[in-house]
Amino acid sequence: MKEAMIAAKKPAFSFKSALEQFLAFGSLILLIIFFSIASSNFFHFSNIVGILLSTAVIGVLALGSTFVIITGGIDLSVGTVMTLCSVMTGVFITTLGLPVYIGIIGGLLTGAVCGLISGIAISRFGIPPFIATLAMMMIAKGLALVISGTKPIYFTKSPVFMEISQGSLLGDLIPGFEVPNAVLIFFIAAIVGSVLLTRTIIGRYNFAIGSNEEATRLSGVNVRNWKIVIYTITGVFTGLAGILMASRLNSAQPSLGMGYELEAIAAVIIGGTSLSGGKGTIVGTVIGALIMSVLTNGLRILSVPQEWQTVVVGFVILLAVYVDNLRRRKA
Amino acid sequence: MEHPLVKMEGIVKNFAGVHALKECEFELRSGEVHALVGENGAGKSTMMKVLTGVYQKDQGSTFYKGKKVDITDTATAQKLGISMIHQELNLSQDLTVAQNIFIGREPRKAIRLFLDDKEMNRKTELLLKQMNLDISPTMKVSELTVAKQQMVEIIKAMSYESQVLIMDEPTAALSDSEIDDLFRMIEQLKLKGVGIVYISHRMAELKRITDRITVMRDGVYINTMQTADVSIDRIIAMMVGREIYQPAKSERNTGGKSETVLQVKGLMRRNTLQDISFSLQKGEILGIAGLIGAGRTELARAIFGADQIDAGEIFIHDQKVKITGPHQAVKHGIGYLSEDRKHLGCLLDMDVKTNVVLATMNDFTKGLGWINNNRISETSIKIVEELTVKTPSIGQKLKFLSGGNQQKVILGKWLTRDCDILIFDEPTRGIDIGAKSEIYKLLESLVAQGKSIIMISSELPEILRISHRIIVMCEGRITGEFNNDDDITQEQIMACATNRTSSAKTEREE
Repeated sequence: MKEAMIAAKKPAFSFKSALEQFLAFGSLILLIIFFSIASSNFFHFSNIVGILLSTAVIGVLALGSTFVIITGGIDLSVGTVMTLCSVMTGVFITTLGLPVYIGIIGGLLTGAVCGLISGIAISRFGIPPFIATLAMMMIAKGLALVISGTKPIYFTKSPVFMEISQGSLLGDLIPGFEVPNAVLIFFIAAIVGSVLLTRTIIGRYNFAIGSNEEATRLSGVNVRNWKIVIYTITGVFTGLAGILMASRLNSAQPSLGMGYELEAIAAVIIGGTSLSGGKGTIVGTVIGALIMSVLTNGLRILSVPQEWQTVVVGFVILLAVYVDNLRRRKA
Repeated sequence: MEHPLVKMEGIVKNFAGVHALKECEFELRSGEVHALVGENGAGKSTMMKVLTGVYQKDQGSTFYKGKKVDITDTATAQKLGISMIHQELNLSQDLTVAQNIFIGREPRKAIRLFLDDKEMNRKTELLLKQMNLDISPTMKVSELTVAKQQMVEIIKAMSYESQVLIMDEPTAALSDSEIDDLFRMIEQLKLKGVGIVYISHRMAELKRITDRITVMRDGVYINTMQTADVSIDRIIAMMVGREIYQPAKSERNTGGKSETVLQVKGLMRRNTLQDISFSLQKGEILGIAGLIGAGRTELARAIFGADQIDAGEIFIHDQKVKITGPHQAVKHGIGYLSEDRKHLGCLLDMDVKTNVVLATMNDFTKGLGWINNNRISETSIKIVEELTVKTPSIGQKLKFLSGGNQQKVILGKWLTRDCDILIFDEPTRGIDIGAKSEIYKLLESLVAQGKSIIMISSELPEILRISHRIIVMCEGRITGEFNNDDDITQEQIMACATNRTSSAKTEREE
């Protein structure tokens, strides 16, 4: 009986989750095959690395967004908060001349504080996530401009900061395998995110809240506090994205960032996470982000104008959610 | 011979390898009320969902008026004239009666863009008159009582020219006089030749309104009988297939007066609770009786911290405690089983094991919040075995379990937490007789283990049967308290439950 209880669950479980991942993953592979055939320039080590590098920032933002979206919430502020984190890192390192690691911690903390404030506004003051994070989006945008004096902050005095994104630890270890650190950091962040979501109490409550917030509350779970924790986690990922961004551009650009939140949300949704909460995976989000980059990159190689690339991505989102709905209805 | 309205034969339906229906049959004639009874999980709803196209059968055939039909979706069923009145009503609260009835096929004016509200209200008026209903077409649905809303649903179904009407627990939320109105309506529908499938757990009603009864058990068709030829006891025996547990009165008077575990003093909450004081002893079942809206659920929620209180004190083991949220109530060892199991009690989209440990997740982590899945599995298997939860595995999502089994999983959650004080809010609502007696048995064994229980119930026989002490509520205050060892009657309790206000009371005394 005992063996049956657990055994019965295992094959069914892994098979189903494999199937759920397959759709997004399958489309990614199809896209890669398509572009490889369509253009000989696509499947080159340098181009693949380029795709991964361009995924890193949006990807890390999307990882953070996955957490709040699984609670049934949303965070519209991640784009501009990311910018604010870049600017704060710039202030610590360039303006105040502090060591690089302080700048990194400062950037992460800025993200955490923004997430914390959104979380408090949502769960203590009962402001809907959409509104609370919309407000945070504008606050962060404004603050980034005010603090930087609307001018970019360059990291010319600390060349090591650039290495965070553009250096290649892997390339140093394995000659010829020049994968930039930003990509490495993205994948490590994804693993950390996945472990948080599937193996820890934070993740379990994250799904419970998204599945039925009131029932979770009535089970004695301090839902308010956990939601604050989850928004703060999103903030930390946003901070990380901000550091990667600044390091990649070797400067903090205070006017960038607006609109990134929507691309991050798009990646999460293409990856199969439900906007109504309770369902989603980190692997899905990584694949979702990759699908978007592969599309943009492939279309560019095929000389499709940038404006049209955006149109295509829009249709892909519609298609992804439609296919996902079909699958759910069958299940 | 005339063909029956509906005939279903050899219906088989599996969910993920589990037999939900095994070779089931069902027949409905025109102008009859046909009861479909069975315990929760017996397959009644699944059978009806196959008929209405919500589920697809794996095997078997459905005949409609003698013709074999393939009902692939709900729209097909509706086109054929098969409608279902769900337990949860599907009306838009902010629209009027007429708007709800004609939703999706509103009468238009010559210029098709504009609605013809006059025509719509006239048609609705006509429909309402045919059924002798005193409802205005322009009233908002939110202003109607639940009973009236249900009638609007029935009218809506009839306006589609439905020949088959499936009613799922139609009387669950109705008062006696409202039930009379509903039955009058059913009689009229019968005269029109409509066939009605009547799903209910209330045996007395079946005797009163139905012509034939079909019994199902564990996904198997048992029998179909003329209602007039069969006794209630016989039906119950067929449904359950086993003895019904009935605690002897002497057995349950062991409620010790030794130790007060919970004391409530002067609890107030604006508009709902007024000056509530009572105490709960160790090892006793305290029944809270009253009519719907008397404030019993509100009292439970206030004690549990789900709603804030305006004044009053709560003592647990003689210690004054301040409960500002459910997480604190749980910390003090209080567990609450909500009346609204589906929305407030459990996570339907999550599996059995997650639901079992939801209140105790912290105990299943090894530092840094890392979850110990093996221990969660062990505990869940123990709970599933102890409470005999019927589930293929602990990885099964709760939405695939029957109501009684969901209730057991929720109870398992609080047992895992080792709560001393359990508040059961309508623990047997929507649960069939067999599972009911299991729940009673559980309550008995819980108090035998020294736990204390507050049980809210709208069924007086249930309260009288199982509680040691009874308090009665009316309009947010306590209007009566009884020891259940006296010979108290349902009438005495009802008198307290309808003891509207203090002014009314003095009037009666004068």
